[in-house]
Amino acid sequence: MKKTYRLKNLDCANCAAKMEASIGKLAQVESVSVSFMTQRMSVTFADDVDADSLLKEMKKRIKKVEPDCEVAEQ
Amino acid sequence: MTKRQKRTLFRIIASLVLFAAGWFLEDWFSAGAFLAAWLIAGYDVLWRAIRNILRGQFFDEKFLMSLATGCALAMQDWSEGAAVMIFFQIGELFEQLAVERSRVSIAGLMDLRPDYAMVLRDGAEIETAPEDVQIGDILLVRAGERIAVDGVVLEGAGTLDTSKITGESLPAEVGVGSAVVSGSVNISGVLKIRAESAYAHSTVARILTLVETASEKKASAERMITKFARHYTPCVILAAVLLAAIPPLFFAQPFQPWLTRALTFLVISCPCALVISVPLSFFSGMGAAAKLGMIVKGGVALEQLSRTDTVVFDKTGTLTQGSFSVKEIAPNGIAEAELLRVAALCEAYSNHPIANALRSACPSPAGTVADVQEQPGFGITATVDGKKAAAGNSKLMQSLGISVRETEAVGTSIYIAYDGAYLGSLTVGDTLRENAAQAITALRADGVKKTVMLTGDNFRSAQLYATACGIDEFHAQLLPQDKVHAIESLTKNAQGAVVFVGDGVNDAPVLTLADVGIAMGGVGSDAAVEAADVVILNDDIGKLPKLISLAKRTVTIARQNIVFALAVKGICLLLGALGIASMWLAVFADVGVAVLAILNSLRALHSKTK
Repeated sequence: MKKTYRLKNLDCANCAAKMEASIGKLAQVESVSVSFMTQRMSVTFADDVDADSLLKEMKKRIKKVEPDCEVAEQ
Repeated sequence: MTKRQKRTLFRIIASLVLFAAGWFLEDWFSAGAFLAAWLIAGYDVLWRAIRNILRGQFFDEKFLMSLATGCALAMQDWSEGAAVMIFFQIGELFEQLAVERSRVSIAGLMDLRPDYAMVLRDGAEIETAPEDVQIGDILLVRAGERIAVDGVVLEGAGTLDTSKITGESLPAEVGVGSAVVSGSVNISGVLKIRAESAYAHSTVARILTLVETASEKKASAERMITKFARHYTPCVILAAVLLAAIPPLFFAQPFQPWLTRALTFLVISCPCALVISVPLSFFSGMGAAAKLGMIVKGGVALEQLSRTDTVVFDKTGTLTQGSFSVKEIAPNGIAEAELLRVAALCEAYSNHPIANALRSACPSPAGTVADVQEQPGFGITATVDGKKAAAGNSKLMQSLGISVRETEAVGTSIYIAYDGAYLGSLTVGDTLRENAAQAITALRADGVKKTVMLTGDNFRSAQLYATACGIDEFHAQLLPQDKVHAIESLTKNAQGAVVFVGDGVNDAPVLTLADVGIAMGGVGSDAAVEAADVVILNDDIGKLPKLISLAKRTVTIARQNIVFALAVKGICLLLGALGIASMWLAVFADVGVAVLAILNSLRALHSKTK
């Protein structure tokens, strides 16, 4: 399954790269791409993964890199 | 400017005033003014640095800036500590504004979302959200309004601006029965339109989804630079530590100058100028493509296109218009009109492309037709005006015992028999696109080494089309799986990238397999849009050379940015280690590189189109 999220207040390009690296390390995530330019993140994961709990975990990792960044579902 | 940015600007101005005051004041007043300037300019940076450390995030640029300027202040380099923080903030603000500007200007190109639809229900006009329009609803579109969903004109006539959808700059005239595409703007006239699709499945929604997910597939240059940055920062920090520790400890050097040099390193170690420069270039390139009516799915496609070696075309619908028409009429002792009439009657009920061509050559034939039997691979037999008739290939005629004169015409020949006699033949063919030959010449001029045409057609007609548009190589009589093999072997032999251009009908596997798959002719087929790397929204093959030169330009700009940023950083590190470059120079270099890289990237957006 592929989901796209909007990232508000994603302020720096390097932070986007860090988020991408950090979320990519999650076991459930097959692939992830964080685009600083479009302020979007798209994540691919297996169909049996619970999207809500994954989102929670991803939010935690995003906040760790950039505390002011808000994640919104598309 | 957002509220937050305005506040930052205000803080910068306030701290600059304090900074100036610091120069005129003396002793501790001066130090106090510089310290206040530092705090006002950088309190959010400091706060973020502290929070990040508590979260276990070191080495981000907020922390590095805080550490470098904090140490400078601790060494009583008051003005330097304050100045570096102020410049850092000015640079950040400028960077944000520039990025936002390019984001907005690119988003502006794709500004095609309809805000509302006027639905006619029981004679009343109701303003509806595009998402709530049902198939079959009647929409009223006045001049200046955007069409919300794909539909068909029921009443009225008008002129549509479809430039945002197809890149076609000439307005399109539409009238009753015309299909209209969502996202186009009615320039003049009033149209009543029947909705043929829901918003989610309409052209405009598909284009928007494509654009929004466009930057997923990152270019390798983009991945390389983020990877580099991940190692770059810790390495420079380590170097800074060594620089501060080794000379004083082992070579009996004074501590303070080496610490200053180390702090300069910390400022230079900030990676953002590097990391921003590359994605921004590719993003601008994608924006420039969008302006021309082409949607590029990610930087990787631009990167591959820039090293195009072989361009492979599907014939039907790509090099040719994909619409068949009667090219040659060879009657056998009767009038042409009579031959066409019998043919059209035989084919009256078939929906084969050839039948369509024969019917449109004689739109409403007089006479009756009955007992139509279609024999796939051969043709049709029927009873026309009470007598036996047949239309088909030479094998069909043979089986009916009718001898024919084989034609030499290129294309698909249909032989017609009536009441046991041979009436003559009709040859049906496709038409080459007007600018196909021109596009191929332009590709060659742009450095494409080989052009190839793939087709299911017979050898003779393939050869004719290949010669007419000046293509290097062609493969005829291919089945769909043969096209896949052809691409595989071309990829193996090519030095650069192999680009496949198709109309998206039945060629999804080939689109996926090629280094770059380009689907021409809009967002009609889901499979093609999914499989393709680039979607050309109309069917103008002349855009292909433009796309390739745009890709080359974008990649060049991205490379310039990388080299430039690395060179400046490298020189500053060297000068910093020698004690020539101060923290001032370092922060200027960092901010300056970012700004120049951003401005350079914007050149990709405003790329000239030949």
